[in-house]
Amino acid sequence: MKAVALALLLALTSVLALAGAPKPVIRIENPGQCIAPAAEMRKNHMEMLKHQRDRTLRQGIRGEAASLNECINCHAGKTSGTVTGQDGFCQQCHSYVAVKLDCWDCHQPKAGNQHAATGVKP
Amino acid sequence: MSAPQNRINNPSRRNFIAATAVGAASLGAVALAPGLHLIEVSQASAPSAGASSKVRWGMLIDTTKCASGCDECVQACNTENGINETVQDARQGSQWIRKIDLKDPQSGRQHSLPMMCQHCEKPPCVDVCPTGASMKRADGIVLVDRHICIGCRYCMMACPYKARSFVHQPLTEQNPQVPRGMGCVESCTFCVQRVDRGLKPACVEACPEGAMTFGDLNDPNSDIARRLANEASTQVRADLKLGLGVRYQGI
Ligand code: SF4
Repeated sequence: MKAVALALLLALTSVLALAGAPKPVIRIENPGQCIAPAAEMRKNHMEMLKHQRDRTLRQGIRGEAASLNECINCHAGKTSGTVTGQDGFCQQCHSYVAVKLDCWDCHQPKAGNQHAATGVKP
Repeated sequence: MSAPQNRINNPSRRNFIAATAVGAASLGAVALAPGLHLIEVSQASAPSAGASSKVRWGMLIDTTKCASGCDECVQACNTENGINETVQDARQGSQWIRKIDLKDPQSGRQHSLPMMCQHCEKPPCVDVCPTGASMKRADGIVLVDRHICIGCRYCMMACPYKARSFVHQPLTEQNPQVPRGMGCVESCTFCVQRVDRGLKPACVEACPEGAMTFGDLNDPNSDIARRLANEASTQVRADLKLGLGVRYQGI
């Protein structure tokens, strides 16, 4: 009896979970050639960026294929100009899988030369 | 020992590699195995070789040329590195470079100089850092790896030159080339993002008096090395024997 109830509960929650979380809508607004196929990027982008960041910062190696700035340049929304925010390319999936995005605490999520450094004294 | 060498010299393997490289060039990226790609081959330009220990970046600052009241170098640094936030408490503002006015009370002689990270050969900030975030590149540039900095600020305490700052608030207007954010310690990077592109640091370029010289201390033909060989210069707190990358004249 207990087992049946548990199975029922499990089935119910999984159905609810499936119904409850809307799948992320991924819009690629600047389609083109990524550095690896989509399936690979989905699975390994964090590994690529992690190893590249260490080589760039610690060894001074510049111009590698994996580059956060290059991600932004292709994947920033055309109107928002950024990869963050509700419809942001990064935010969509990261919200869905509930993985916090730390990158943009320090890195600039806006594309192009929207850098507004004014040189005002702190 | 011999087995792997044989495999490398095996002609059929070499042909396979060559064929894969051609395939990669035409397709952009090639899957060798799940999760393994020849992505480098698909790039138009190869990555740079990186920092070399043959180079030792340094700076020579002639304080006799530095004008009191001028802060062009500070402004240029702030613009280049995106230090543009308004802070609630002025004491919390980031200072990668600051101007200092000195006066000899006896003679009354005054001078002014910019002070920043001295890019020590033996940096105390690297010694004390519990995480390995505070680090020195092969070419002598001392940096904070913000990916692993926990913001403990030991390095700020250890630095004899008061060169490091802590970011107290969320930032949004960073220069894409210069990531910086709340909870990490930061300091002068010699504008590493420019140096790696063959440019001089922003402050050196901005100084209207030409008081700052930047270059490779290891290259005997560089401007800076020739001047250091022929003219008197000082390391601030030379008694600490930290082997500074920044040298001063006229103090
Ligand atoms: S504040 Fe960051 S860089 Fe400085 S000692 Fe602590 S962990 Fe290291």
